[in-house]
Amino acid sequence: MSQEAVIQQGPGHLASMAHEGESIIKVVDMHKWYGEFHVLKGLNLDVRTGERIVICGPSGSGKSTFIRCINRLEEHQQGQIIVDGVELTDDLRNIELIRREVGMVFQHFNLFPHLTVLENCCLAPIWVRKTPRKEAEEAAMKYLERVKIPEQAKKYPGQLSGGQQQRVAIARSLCMNPKIMLFDEPTSALDPEMIKEVLDVMIELAASGMTMLCVTHEMGFAKTVADRVIFMDRGEIVEQGVPQEFFNNPQEPRTQQFLQQILNH
Amino acid sequence: MSDSAQAQVIRPPKVDRGVIGWIKQNLFPSWFSGILTVVLGYFIITSLISIIDWGILRANFVGSTAADCSGGGACWVFIGTRMDFFIYGFYPEAEHWRINLVYLVFGLIIVPQFFKAVSSRIKMILGIFGVTIFPIFAFVMIYGSETLGLTHVATSQWGGLTLTLILAYVGIVAAIPIGILLALGRRSDMPLVRALCVVFIEFWRGVPLITILFMASVMLPLFLPDGVTFDRLLRALIGITLFQSAYMAEVIRGGLQAIPKGQYEAAEAMGLGYWRSMGLIILPQALKIVIPGIVNTLISLFKDTTLVLVVGLFDLLRTVQATIVDPAWRNVATEGYVFAAFVFWVFCYGMSRYSQMLEEKLHTGHKR
Ligand SMILES: Nc1ncnc2c1ncn2[C@@H]1O[C@H](COP(=O)(O)OP(=O)(O)OP(=O)(O)O)[C@@H](O)[C@H]1O
Ligand SMILES: [Mg+2]
Repeated sequence: MSQEAVIQQGPGHLASMAHEGESIIKVVDMHKWYGEFHVLKGLNLDVRTGERIVICGPSGSGKSTFIRCINRLEEHQQGQIIVDGVELTDDLRNIELIRREVGMVFQHFNLFPHLTVLENCCLAPIWVRKTPRKEAEEAAMKYLERVKIPEQAKKYPGQLSGGQQQRVAIARSLCMNPKIMLFDEPTSALDPEMIKEVLDVMIELAASGMTMLCVTHEMGFAKTVADRVIFMDRGEIVEQGVPQEFFNNPQEPRTQQFLQQILNH
Repeated sequence: MSDSAQAQVIRPPKVDRGVIGWIKQNLFPSWFSGILTVVLGYFIITSLISIIDWGILRANFVGSTAADCSGGGACWVFIGTRMDFFIYGFYPEAEHWRINLVYLVFGLIIVPQFFKAVSSRIKMILGIFGVTIFPIFAFVMIYGSETLGLTHVATSQWGGLTLTLILAYVGIVAAIPIGILLALGRRSDMPLVRALCVVFIEFWRGVPLITILFMASVMLPLFLPDGVTFDRLLRALIGITLFQSAYMAEVIRGGLQAIPKGQYEAAEAMGLGYWRSMGLIILPQALKIVIPGIVNTLISLFKDTTLVLVVGLFDLLRTVQATIVDPAWRNVATEGYVFAAFVFWVFCYGMSRYSQMLEEKLHTGHKR
C-alpha cells in the first residue's frame, strides 16, 4: 500500500485544502456479508480531508455497498469504519451524528415528490440542524443558485428533468453543510445531454475543496477531478492510484481488462 | 423548455359531434346495445316516475298526526314529528341546546373543508382543532360538567343521529393514528414489536364486529371485578375503534409498501432518524396513495356503527326502528328506512367527495 506517495504527488490542480493530510474517513479491514454472500472482503481505505476519490469497477463488484457502508445505509460486520473521528457502531446516536456530516447523492435522485424543490432542500437543515426556516431557505436558495436552478425552487420534483432533479439532489445534500459527499453513479440514470450539467456541478464542487467519494463510470470526470482512482472487483480493492498512472499504466490484469472494456465502449 | 415557441400552434382535433352524434355513439352503437338501452331506459324511467310519485307528488309533508297523511304516498309527516327523537335520542329536551351548539361548532369545522376558496392554512387549523379541542368540548357539553353548571346526562340517554356521529367521529379520529402505529409496527425491524402488531391486527380482523360488540357487553363484565362497571357506550367505542384500526393498519401498510426504498434511504441518509423520516417523508406520501382505501374503511366504519343496536344502544337506525312500530301510525316502515338510508348516504357521500378533493389538491405533478 503505497498510497502515501501517491497522494503526495496527486495532481492537486484544483483548490488545495487547508487541512490537507488530515484523515477524515478511515476504513480498516472491513468485511460485509449479505447472508452467506461475502460482498466486501477486507477493504482498507484512508481518505484525507479535501480528497476526491473516484471508485470504479464492474457491475456487482460492491462499489455501492461500500460507499453505503460509510453512512451506514448498509451495516458492515467486521473491521472498522471511522468517519470524522466517530466509529460506526450500532449506536444510533453516532450514526445520526455521522449522517449529518455526510451527504449522499443517489443514482435515482430520490427527491421527495410531495415537497417542492425548496422544501426538499430545507427539510434536513430545519429538522436536523434546527436552523430557523428563513435562514434555511436563504441558504437553500444560495445552493440552488450554485447548481444553477434557483428559478425552479417552487416547483415539485416531478416537474423537472432528470438533470435538474439530480442538481437539486446535490443542492439538497449541500444544504446540510456536509464535510463529505458520497455519490453513487449520479449520472448513470441520465440522458447523455444531461450528464454534462450534473458533472459541471460536481466539478465545481470538487474545486471548492469538498471531500468527495464518487462511484462513477465517467472516466473523463475521473481524469480531470480525481486525486485518486480506486478500482474494485469482486468485493476487493484491486488497484488504486492517481488518474494518470491508473489510466495510462494499470498494473493489475483485471484493471487492464476493465479499462479496455469501458474505454472501447 | 420553450421549444415550441415559434412553431405553429396546432390544436387537438375537436371530437364534438353534437347531441345526435353523442346519442348514436354512446347509446345505439350496435343493435344489441340499442335494445339494451331501450329496455334499461324503460325500467329506469318507470321506477323514477313511481319514486317521484310516491315520494313527492302524492306525499304529505305538513301536519302532526297520522290523519294528515291522506295522499296515499309517503308520509313524511311521521319523520317530521319524530325528528327530535331521531336526532337526540332520549337526551332531555331542555338540554338539546347543548347538542345543537356542538353541531354548530362541528359544522364550522367541517363545512369550510369543502370550499376551495378557504385557504389550506385555515383548513389545517380547523382540522387540528377538530381532532384536539373539539372532542373535549363536545364531551363536556354532551356529558355535562358540574363546575360549568351543565347537568350530567348519562350515556344511556344519548341516542339518534348524535350517537351515530359520536361513534363514527371517535372511531375515525382514533382509528387512523392507531392504524398508522400498527402499520409502522408491522414493518418494524424489532421482532417483538412486529409480532405484537401482527397478532393484534390478525385478531381484530378475524372476528366479526358484531361478535366483538357482544363480547364487550356480555363477557367483559364477567372478567371485571365486582363493582367495577364500564360504560356501555365506551365499550362499544373501544370495540369499534380497535376493530377498524386493524383494517386501517392494513390499508396504510399497503401505502407504506408502495413507497420506493430510495425514499427511506434518502431520508435516513440525511440523518432524519426514524420518526422524522416517517412523519415528514414516508407517511405523507403513503397516506396520500391510500386515501381511497382509508375513506373506504371510514365509510364502512360509519355504517358499521349501526351494529351497536345489538348491545342496546339507540343509534339513528335503532331510533327509526323503535318508532316505526308505533300503532298510532299506519305502516311507516318504508319512510323510516328511506330516511335513515338518506341520512347515512349524505354523510358517506360527503366523505367520498371530500377524499376526491383531497386527492386533487395533493397531486404534485408527474409521480417520480
Ligand atoms: N440487499 C442485498 N441483498 C443481497 N445481495 C445484495 C444486496 N445488495 C446488493 N447485493 C449484491 O451484492 C453485490 C454488490 O452489489 P453492489 O450494488 O454494491 O454492486 P455495484 O458495484 O454497485 O454494482 P453496479 O455497478 O451494478 O451498481 C452484487 O452481487 C449484488 O447482487
Ligand atoms: Mg451500484
